[in-house]
Amino acid sequence: MSGILVVAEHRQGVLRPVSLELVSAVQDVRGALGDKVTVAVIGAGARAHQQTLSMAGVDELVFIDTPDAEFDPEVTEAALAALAAEIRPSLVVVPHSVDSMGYAASLAIRNGYGFATDVFGVAADGAAVVATRGGYGQKVNVELEFPGASTVLLALRGGTWKPPVDAASPAARDFAFSAPASRSKNVEFISPPATNDVDMTAKEFILSVGRGVGEEDNIERFRELADTVGAALGCSRPVADSGWLPKSRQIGQSGKTAAQCKLYMAMGISGAIQHLAGMKHVETIIAVNTDPNASIFSVAKYGVIGDMFEIADELEKHFA
Amino acid sequence: MKILVPVKRIAALEEDFEIRDDGRDVDGDFINWDLNEWDDYSLETAMQIKEAAGGEPEVVVVTVGPDDAEEVLRKCLAKGADRAIRVWDDALEGADQLAIARVLAGVAKTEAPDLILAGVQSSDHSHGCTGIALSALLDMPHAAVVAAMTYSAGDAKVRVQRELEGGMLHAVDVSTPAVLTIQLGINTPRYASLRGIKQAAARPIEELSAADLGADFASASRVRRMYVPEKSRAQMIEGSPAEQAARIAEIIREATGA
Ligand SMILES: Cc1cc2nc3c(=O)[nH]c(=O)nc-3n(C[C@H](O)[C@H](O)[C@H](O)COP(=O)(O)OP(=O)(O)OC[C@H]3O[C@@H](n4cnc5c(N)ncnc54)[C@H](O)[C@@H]3O)c2cc1C
Ligand SMILES: Nc1ncnc2c1ncn2[C@@H]1O[C@H](COP(=O)(O)O)[C@@H](O)[C@H]1O
Repeated sequence: MSGILVVAEHRQGVLRPVSLELVSAVQDVRGALGDKVTVAVIGAGARAHQQTLSMAGVDELVFIDTPDAEFDPEVTEAALAALAAEIRPSLVVVPHSVDSMGYAASLAIRNGYGFATDVFGVAADGAAVVATRGGYGQKVNVELEFPGASTVLLALRGGTWKPPVDAASPAARDFAFSAPASRSKNVEFISPPATNDVDMTAKEFILSVGRGVGEEDNIERFRELADTVGAALGCSRPVADSGWLPKSRQIGQSGKTAAQCKLYMAMGISGAIQHLAGMKHVETIIAVNTDPNASIFSVAKYGVIGDMFEIADELEKHFA
Repeated sequence: MKILVPVKRIAALEEDFEIRDDGRDVDGDFINWDLNEWDDYSLETAMQIKEAAGGEPEVVVVTVGPDDAEEVLRKCLAKGADRAIRVWDDALEGADQLAIARVLAGVAKTEAPDLILAGVQSSDHSHGCTGIALSALLDMPHAAVVAAMTYSAGDAKVRVQRELEGGMLHAVDVSTPAVLTIQLGINTPRYASLRGIKQAAARPIEELSAADLGADFASASRVRRMYVPEKSRAQMIEGSPAEQAARIAEIIREATGA
């Protein structure tokens, strides 16, 4: 077994930042698992990302040309299977993303790899890979091993490792494989509809409500609270999916990033990783939740174990 | 025409829970079970395809789980699924999701569905991999995180919209038979009627043992250790709701300069 394969991800000509985070994620295990770190980029025009990926910690860049510039699960899988058959890596890492949810499990099961998703800790025990992920709604950590697997594929959580800062000049080459005739066809990208609702990415103070709000009729009360304390009202996904607040207010992976936010108050939100993706960077997070084990408390600066309705009533009095 | 909907029984921990003596899982006494949230949406998708086609397509739900996992199947029957299958074998205790996918593949090979609709992920362990692992074992085309789709029973392809990061959608045509993983919000799942619940209680559930399917159910990972992570970094605000709110008000004022 030789080395570590990192799979970069790009979309519409832009390299997704998680790609470089993965380079950092494997640096601690490179001694134990094989020294060479290869980064693969798949898709027509893959070479365009050469400079962005020429960073310290990368030994080799491999560009794999495909018929289409954009993601196709079957072509991606075939490309990686062919490359892995050549370099025989002990560890393959991909971003835990919407794209990888479309091919990683298939690649792993067809090739007999060890496999885990949404991994936020990578270590080596001797020459064996040990991965850490969450369980039971992120209330416990689960340490996994991969007995008997000579290659382990891990889908790594974004926003966990800091990308390398120093540029370098890794070797670069092309890799050819025979692309299968894909059974799916890209049609188009559709941007979320423009709205004239507030722009959550620009708000400095956001008060978000989650499923704990209970029912649609209770939204009004938190709209008032948000107005009273001077916050923009945001929400978690179930609230938007139910149509209680517009999608433009949803914070998280498939919604908005609270990019300018300095104070984020999460009420009745459990802290699923996809929600955190849009707000965990905020400097001051206050979480109100009835469940003392809610994982939101692991990113909050201040925590209140309590009922969001009671807290709302009391809080309002201070701003009357 | 047949649609297969794999559904999972998910575990929610009670407020106080203990890790088992072997350190590899939570003690089952501290777990409450429910139907995975995503599976409500995939079942609804199947039901809507069935209804649009005048009720002909058969909707079959399948779960891999022990006796008491039957409950989630009854829920699905109550919402209108035509048949329910439960597969188990004690040897599956501790199996990972790729092993579960192997079992599901055994069922899918017998059932030969035109469409398999799994959930994007399960709300307890968020693996997000079972449906796509299943597609590999069946060598079927597939798409993950489907937030919208256009399909009528018997179509040779399905137009899906994959929901990408940031809410962008990616429209893709996938030829059928196909495996799709269905995302929250794709529709509004129905509630079971009282009559449906009553009837479901009396309906048969087909039971298979994994051995009946005759495959090997190797896992691709094994739990070494499960533990409660180091206590949260949140500074807890104690006191009565009034006291807690007073402190929150202070924090808001400090942070906003209001
Ligand atoms: C690909 C993908 C993308 C996703 N994108 C997003 C996204 O962009 N944004 C997003 O939010 N989610 C997203 N999700 C969904 C995410 O996984 C969770 O399902 C969701 O964030 C849960 O929302 P919640 O915390 O409001 O609900 P729950 O997880 O149900 O939590 C509700 C919380 O409220 C608490 N509570 C209940 N009653 C009260 C009360 N009276 N007072 C105080 N607390 C109370 C409960 O203890 C619980 O912790 C995505 C999922 C996937 C797979
Ligand atoms: N034990 C199981 N029985 C049937 N289906 C399952 C099982 N586990 C997972 N699934 C399916 O896989 C989806 C996602 O699960 P996961 O990959 O575990 O996050 C679920 O929504 C189900 O459709």
